[in-house]
Amino acid sequence: MAEPLEISGLVKTYRQPVLDYLDLVVSGGVFALLGPNGAGKTTLVSILTTLVRPDAGVARIGGVDVVRDPAGVRRLVAATGQETTIDDLLTGHENLVMLGRLLGLGARARARADELLEQVGLVAAAGRRVSTYSGGMRRRLDLAASFMTQPYVLFLDEPTTGLDPVSRRRVWDDVRTLASTGTTVFLTTQTLDEAEALADRIAVLRQGTIVADGTAAELTALVGGQRIDLLDADGRLVHSVETDGSAGSVERALAALAPHQRGLQVSLHSPTLDDAFVALTRDHEEVAA
Amino acid sequence: MTALAPGSSTLAERGVGPLRSSGIFIGRSLRHALRDGEGLTMAVALPVLMLLMFVYVFGGAIQAEGYVDFVVPGVILVCAGFGASSVAVAVNRDVTLGAMRRYRTMPIVSATVLAGHIVASLLRNLLATSIVIAVAVAIGFRPTATPLDWLAALGLVAVWILAITALFAFIGLVSSSPEAANGYGFALLFLPYLSSAFVPLETMPEALQPIARHQPMNPLVESIRGLLVGVGEPPVAISLAWCAGILAVAAVLIVWGFRRSRDR
Ligand SMILES: Nc1ncnc2c1ncn2[C@@H]1O[C@H](COP(=O)(O)OP(=O)(O)OP(=O)(O)O)[C@@H](O)[C@H]1O
Ligand SMILES: [Mg+2]
Repeated sequence: MAEPLEISGLVKTYRQPVLDYLDLVVSGGVFALLGPNGAGKTTLVSILTTLVRPDAGVARIGGVDVVRDPAGVRRLVAATGQETTIDDLLTGHENLVMLGRLLGLGARARARADELLEQVGLVAAAGRRVSTYSGGMRRRLDLAASFMTQPYVLFLDEPTTGLDPVSRRRVWDDVRTLASTGTTVFLTTQTLDEAEALADRIAVLRQGTIVADGTAAELTALVGGQRIDLLDADGRLVHSVETDGSAGSVERALAALAPHQRGLQVSLHSPTLDDAFVALTRDHEEVAA
Repeated sequence: MTALAPGSSTLAERGVGPLRSSGIFIGRSLRHALRDGEGLTMAVALPVLMLLMFVYVFGGAIQAEGYVDFVVPGVILVCAGFGASSVAVAVNRDVTLGAMRRYRTMPIVSATVLAGHIVASLLRNLLATSIVIAVAVAIGFRPTATPLDWLAALGLVAVWILAITALFAFIGLVSSSPEAANGYGFALLFLPYLSSAFVPLETMPEALQPIARHQPMNPLVESIRGLLVGVGEPPVAISLAWCAGILAVAAVLIVWGFRRSRDR
């Protein structure tokens, strides 16, 4: 049986290589692709949703080739992009109804729109023009639009970038509910916590290829645990030790300090995406060497 | 939790054919037009004001008797051009603000969104044209046309609106922003002044006369004038040829522009 998503040897070059012989298979669930600005996340999603043609390589959605049969792929996917794709001049309800009718729901589109507006908490705003919506409301409406008919694979390109923490959590909740019925979700994000909150499996995109791939726990293990940093008066890092966050480990780390170091500032920090990239690319190079 | 029962349609059924999607998009564009009260008012008010201005302000100086009969066909064409230019903005909004991105990933012929804009513009402009004609009649326009002449004249106006609307749809596809798309609208608004729409060709400087004579507005104005008030032989065939030519060029450009707008 064909996998929801199979990519092999995918290449896309703009001025420089963006995707460089990328291989990836996603077998279902929620998959997160993690990468910094310019890593090629949007480019990859655009190729998989038939918006952009790759220069080389093969990508299939449920066995259907994105280049040979784009119309077939469009029947299987839905995408909520980094920028919203909602019609500002229509109301939230009108937007969903129109998209539903385009998807072939006919007269059932209204009921489905009501249902989804309720799910994403936009009933009160449903009759208002989208131009009056906040960024978070637009994002949620856009998300609902992707579910007017359930897609086989849903692409979410940085669904929470630019949202405040509360809206962010709201969107996460919506993704969880909407994805709980068997749709395979392909999510891109810049933040580890988002990947961790939503995904069963996480891959890191760097320099056009996947440099790490696994569960949140596996990736965190690669990155290392929390660290205790000791900083001098100017904020320079003097010493850094790994810790499991327990009182005992902090005590041991502090006991090891020389008396003249007692004036240092202590800061406990969790691995950031930066740490992840540093660690993951280093590992990658070691493996390659 | 019933909400996400796997859709009411199976995956294979997702999507509609191009006719259905055109219909849906026409409905969308008409809704935009109705909702944009200012735009609709302007599209009607401006040509009416222009008509009044030409008849009452310039009319006396340009040509005394029967100037209203002379000038109405020109105003109708200006009105068409003005109305059509808003399509460039509408199309550009779709391309630059993201809506097109979604349509292109949906199981439909996404280019039918253009059909929506074009047909809605045609309907809106025909409405504006009818109002202009009604006002013209109210202030003394006395057409001598038979019902058949009327039909021919309106048909010609419709074909002209279609042709330039298509051209503006292309401009909307390739412009970098809605503002830029709007700017191009002005170019076509000048064409009628350089034709026999408002003053007879013979009164223009000799250097300008050939240009004014060999541009599409000229045979169109003369055709409409000929059909409605019976002055001279209407060059209908030449007018239709111009419209067909513009439409053909616009169609080729749209196909090219639509592909190009993909990678943006
Ligand atoms: N149409 C294009 N023309 C030229 N270069 C492009 C085009 N689209 C993307 N790029 C380049 O490809 C690279 C990857 O871009 P992409 O938008 O895929 O990154 P991203 O991972 O989505 O970044 P972000 O987190 O900022 O959204 C960037 O260097 C970008 O400048
Ligand atoms: Mg991006």
